[in-house]
Amino acid sequence: MRIPISALLGLIFTGAFFLAAIFADVIAPYPLDAALGKVWEPPSATFWLGTDTIGRDILSRLIYGGQITIFVATASSLLAFGMGSVLGFMAATQGGWIDQGLSRVVDLVMAIPSLIIALVVLSVLPINLTVLILLMGILDATRVFRLSRAVAMDIAVMDYVEAARLRGEGQNWIIFREILPNALSPLVAELGLRFIFAVLFISTLSFLGLGIQPPLADWGGMVKENKDGLIYGKSAALMPALAIAALAISVNLVADWVLSRTTSLKGGRGG
Amino acid sequence: MVKLLAQRIALGLLLLLAVSVVIFVGTEALPGDVASAILGQSATPESLANLREELGLNEPALSRYVQWLGGALTGDLGVALTNGQPIAQAIGQRMGNTLFLAGCAAAIAVPLAIILGLIAARYVGRWPDKMISGATLATISLPEFVAGYFAIFLLTQVFPIFQPVAMVFPGMSFWAKLHAIALPVIVLVMVVLAHMMRMTRAAILNVMQSAYIETAELKGLSPMAVIWRHAFPNAIAPIVSVVVINMAYLVVGVVVVEVVFSYNALGQYLVDHVAKRDLPVVQAVGLIFAAVYIGLNILADVVSIVANPRLRHPK
Repeated sequence: MRIPISALLGLIFTGAFFLAAIFADVIAPYPLDAALGKVWEPPSATFWLGTDTIGRDILSRLIYGGQITIFVATASSLLAFGMGSVLGFMAATQGGWIDQGLSRVVDLVMAIPSLIIALVVLSVLPINLTVLILLMGILDATRVFRLSRAVAMDIAVMDYVEAARLRGEGQNWIIFREILPNALSPLVAELGLRFIFAVLFISTLSFLGLGIQPPLADWGGMVKENKDGLIYGKSAALMPALAIAALAISVNLVADWVLSRTTSLKGGRGG
Repeated sequence: MVKLLAQRIALGLLLLLAVSVVIFVGTEALPGDVASAILGQSATPESLANLREELGLNEPALSRYVQWLGGALTGDLGVALTNGQPIAQAIGQRMGNTLFLAGCAAAIAVPLAIILGLIAARYVGRWPDKMISGATLATISLPEFVAGYFAIFLLTQVFPIFQPVAMVFPGMSFWAKLHAIALPVIVLVMVVLAHMMRMTRAAILNVMQSAYIETAELKGLSPMAVIWRHAFPNAIAPIVSVVVINMAYLVVGVVVVEVVFSYNALGQYLVDHVAKRDLPVVQAVGLIFAAVYIGLNILADVVSIVANPRLRHPK
C-alpha cells in the first residue's frame, strides 16, 4: 500500500500533536502558569516562541493548551461517534417508530446552527469540562447519526444480513457483527472530520470566553488572551491560531486519504 | 408544483415553531433557572422564591411559552435582566449593522465563488484548478476567528491598509462605513467562498457528463462557451441552493466575526449576554438567528424546486 505524500505529512503532524499532548509534562520547558519574562517578548533562546500578555512562556502554554484542546475534542468526538452510530444503526435496523422518532429529533437539532444551540445552553448551564464535552458530543452525534443510518440502510438489505435474521440472530448480533464491520471504513473517515469540527468548535467557544475557563488554557482561549497585542504588532496570538490551523489541516489530509480509499460513502460531511 | 411549494413552506414554518419550543422549553428544562442566574452565589431560598414570584416563573411553563411566543410575534421581546431595557429596541439598533456586514460579504462572495468555480471546472485537473482547490482546503480548516486574526495581522501590521476595529456609527457616510467594515467582510468572504466554489465546480462537472455537452463540444464550441451556454444553465439549481445554504453559514460566521472586530451588532450582543447569563436576551436573539437560518434553508428548497424544469412542468 502506497501512502500519498500529503497523507503521510498529515499522519506525521497529527501524531506529533497527539504525542505532545500526551507527554506535555515531560516536554514543556516551563510550567503552565509561571510568569517568567516580560510582557510579549519576541522569540528568543530562552523563550522559543516568545512570551504572552503577562510574560508566560508561549511554547509551554501551547503544549499544555494542546493537551486540553485535543482531550476535549477527542472525548466529544468519541462520544458523538458512539452515540450517533449505535442510534443510527438501531434506527436503520428497527425502522418503524424508533426510526421516525430519532430522525425527527435529529432533524430538529440540525435545523438550528450548532453554535446558536451551544450559546443558548451555555447561558443556563455552568461552564465546565463535563458540560462542554457532553454538549459538543450530543450536537455532533446528530451528524454521525445521519451518516451511519444512511450507511446501515444500504447494508441492512444485503443478503447476508437477511441470512443472519433468518437463522435467528438477535438485534445486537446484527448491529455489531453484520453491519458495523461493513460500515466501518466510511465511519472512520467521518471520525476524522468530526474531530476537526470538535477542535474548531471548542476553540471558537473558548475564544468567545464561553469554553475552557482560566486557569486552564486551550488554544482558542490563548488567542483571546493575546489578541490585543496584534494591534501593536505583537504576533503572540498567531501562535495558537497557527496550532489550530495546523492540527485541523493535518487531520483533514489524513481524513481525505481515508475517504478517497472508501468506495461508497453516503451522507453529508458539512461542518 | 404549487402544492409542493406550499408543503415545503408549511413544513418549514412547523419546524420554526418546534425550534422556538426547543429554545424556550429546552432552557427551562435544564437545571438552574433565570432567578438563580440573576442572584448567583448570593442566593438564599427566600430571595429565590421572591424573585421567581416577581418574574412570573411560578406559572406553568406552557402559559409562559405562549406569552413569550405571542410577544415575540408582535415585536415585544420583554426586557433584559441585566439592565431592564426593552430587548426589541436593542435588537433593532443592531440588526441593521449585522445585515449590512452580511449583505456586503454576500455581494462579494457569491459572484466570486461562481466565477472561480467556472474557472476550476474549465481547467479541471490543471494548475488553476489545483491552486483553487489547495486554497480552499486551507480556508475550510480555519475557524472564523483564526482567519480573522491572520487577516488583521497581515492587513493592519504587515501591510497597513485597514484599521483592526470595525466601528460604524449613524452619522458616517456610506463609503466611510464600507471602508470600516472592509476587513470583516474579507474574512467572511474567505469563510464561505471555499464551500460555494467547490459545489459550483462539482455541479458543473456533473452536468459536463451529459450527452448534450458532448454534442456542443463536437459542433466546435470553445470550452468556456460550452460551460457558459450549456453546462451553467443546467447546473443553476444546485448552485443556487448551495449559495443560499452558505448564506445560512454566514449567519453563524457573522456572530464570531463581529466579536473579533468588536463590531457592535447582533452577534456581539448575543455573546455578551450569554456570558452575563441574561436568558431572555439569549432566547430572543437565538430565536432570530435560528429563524433566519431556517428561512434561508426553506428558500434554498423553494429555489431548487422552482429552478428544476422537471418539477416546473410536470407531465
